[in-house]
Amino acid sequence: MSFFTRFFNKEKKEDLDKGLEKTKTSFLGKLSKAIAGKSTVDEEVLDELENVLITSDVGLDTTVKIIERIEERVARDKYLNTEELNFILRDEIVRLLGENNSEDLEDYTLPGTGKPCVIMVVGVNGVGKTTTIGKLAHQYKLQGKKVVLGAGDTFRAAAVDQLEIWSKRVGCDFFSKGMNADPAAVAYETVQYAIDNNCDVAIIDTAGRLHTKINLMNELTKIKRSIGKRLEGAPHEVMLVLDATTGQNAIEQARHFTDATELTALALTKLDGTAKGGVAIGISDQFKIPIKYIGVGEGIDKLQVFNKRAFVESLFE
Amino acid sequence: MFESLSDRLDVALKTLKGESKLTELNVAQSVKEIRRALVAADVNYKIAKDFTDKIKDKALGKENLLKAVKPGELMVKIVMDELIDLMGGQAAGINLKGNPTVILIAGLQGSGKTTFSGKLAHFLKTKRSKKPLLVACDVYRPAAINQLSVLAGQVGVPVYKEEENKNPVEISLKAIAHAKTLNCDVVIVDTAGRLSVDEEMMKEIANIKDAILPDETLFVVDSMTGQDAVNTAQAFNERINYDGVVLTKLDGDTRGGAALSVKYTVGKPIKFVSTGEKMDALDVFYPDRMAQRILGMGDIVSFVERAQEQFDEEEAKRLEKKIKKNQLDFNDFLGQLKQIRKMGDMKSLLGMIPGISKMTKDINIDDNALNKVEAIIQSMTPQERENPDLINMNRKKRIALGCGQKLDDINRFMKQFEQMRQFMHQMSKSPMMGGAPAAQGKRPGFRGRR
Repeated sequence: MSFFTRFFNKEKKEDLDKGLEKTKTSFLGKLSKAIAGKSTVDEEVLDELENVLITSDVGLDTTVKIIERIEERVARDKYLNTEELNFILRDEIVRLLGENNSEDLEDYTLPGTGKPCVIMVVGVNGVGKTTTIGKLAHQYKLQGKKVVLGAGDTFRAAAVDQLEIWSKRVGCDFFSKGMNADPAAVAYETVQYAIDNNCDVAIIDTAGRLHTKINLMNELTKIKRSIGKRLEGAPHEVMLVLDATTGQNAIEQARHFTDATELTALALTKLDGTAKGGVAIGISDQFKIPIKYIGVGEGIDKLQVFNKRAFVESLFE
Repeated sequence: MFESLSDRLDVALKTLKGESKLTELNVAQSVKEIRRALVAADVNYKIAKDFTDKIKDKALGKENLLKAVKPGELMVKIVMDELIDLMGGQAAGINLKGNPTVILIAGLQGSGKTTFSGKLAHFLKTKRSKKPLLVACDVYRPAAINQLSVLAGQVGVPVYKEEENKNPVEISLKAIAHAKTLNCDVVIVDTAGRLSVDEEMMKEIANIKDAILPDETLFVVDSMTGQDAVNTAQAFNERINYDGVVLTKLDGDTRGGAALSVKYTVGKPIKFVSTGEKMDALDVFYPDRMAQRILGMGDIVSFVERAQEQFDEEEAKRLEKKIKKNQLDFNDFLGQLKQIRKMGDMKSLLGMIPGISKMTKDINIDDNALNKVEAIIQSMTPQERENPDLINMNRKKRIALGCGQKLDDINRFMKQFEQMRQFMHQMSKSPMMGGAPAAQGKRPGFRGRR
């Protein structure tokens, strides 16, 4: 590894560590407090562990799963001291995250080889779709790619302006039909624009919607279909943006959005500060959709490729 | 909205259905289920534990063991009382005494502050006859100022903004002075979203508060927030000591545990709930009604209130006469449909009726179903609408062509209409319906469920 990449990675790691600090301190702090004065892993320690996992938003089902695995190991190894618990827990979580057979991205790799590569971004209101799009476009731009952003959120007041400001910040192309335009038409024509202007990537924003609104979910399906009409095989990626502060409802969101649009990727935002990284564990366990990106701050460069091991290490260090 | 929580509680309480009295054992069992239900609903783990411990104590209290009520029912009552208690007993009003009244809005990113600000302005304007001024103090997020301006335009209230100024303290102070020249009596200050661990930003919101001394500070929380809701609510409370909480995005299927946690932790009342993207989708929060909803017992009071808002007394009297004479026609029916629409979407309305929410949870109630019915009626001639009996086979065929539906659909609709007309006619003869609209007339039928 060259000095430069090592340096770069270190810097990234610091961002992640800082971003997860809150999660980490609560996760580790709670765990060590829970097992202080204990020498062996007994029922009480496991109960405390359950408490720690649940309050980190890991979710009931996944928590039970993790506890059961540790119980198994305790039963197998007979004697297990609390120091080992840390390692075992880390191990189990990494394994759990790895079970959905998804490889972590090396870098901000484009999904598929099509040109233009079309990415459709979906999610409930206020999770940070537009911001994530801006940050992602920035990364592609750094790779020398020609990017266009499609303003498919034609509903929320000033959403189009918000995306346009991002496109200026990033220095990429922008396509819009204004507010209240038909979002499917915007999506279709964004792809057209990308083809006509020889863009490498088209990222299409959509209006935030609660996953329980059937009409709005149908609209998403239609938007996706209209993208496919213009360019076969597109969109190459449908990315659901999830707010990391969301609790167990995140699972419902993933379920409904994948029903409507067959998600291929997840992005977890607002992992900095107060957010609980635990939901990443629950989501990875319950869904076979890879988490690709995590948002760890407000700056344009605060979007990272998700790395399971680094994430878990960050929780425990 | 709270379906999943009520479902799970239902399971928990069902364990008691066959029991003849509350015992240590069966209470412990159902209490454990209740705790899991609450945790799965994003209620903070510790709070869920405290809550269920309290329930356990109450359930095993002496007086309860002796009472001859069914244990299941008793448990429902205990859980319900505790839920109401936890969510803050009485509905809390909003303080509008200042001149002008200054309201400060704060919260995390994406919790829905700006949308709520617009809704609150609309609410105060239409329901409290106030003249609000909206103030754009989110100077960071791209296009946030513009967003508030657009919303202000939609609800027809003025907005104060300074595109170039990056100092929210200054902006808000100037806005208050400006409000006086505009004769506005309420100033709503929308602020940027911020994380509770962002020291600089938290300082900023505290500075704004110190400068403008608001009469009311509201903390906006996304109802889908997880376990962290407790920490965030606490951190904001320490810095700005807010007066009340606003729950947003309650129209999703969130189990809403955050609501319980926040209330429990900081002890501040929940004042508003926001239930949709339209500017009128804002409700005052009523703890008892919400508790009933959580337990799947419906919220008939809200339902009737919403019905009353749309209710036109003269029209109702006219209808009543027609019903009594069995002369209800399609024009009346169309009018009723329009009224129902104004009240909101079908599923959330049905969810308020006791017993119905459970039946409808897996059914997608398609608001388009009403569209079809409307299309049928609109394909009729004015004479046909006034006189349903006029419609024969030939006319039906024409109507079917007109609205693009099958003849079967028309037949089915005609039959349903006839049944409804008969039913309402009969209801009108019974003493129970004392001139009330149809919706209330149906109430006794739903009552006997629990």
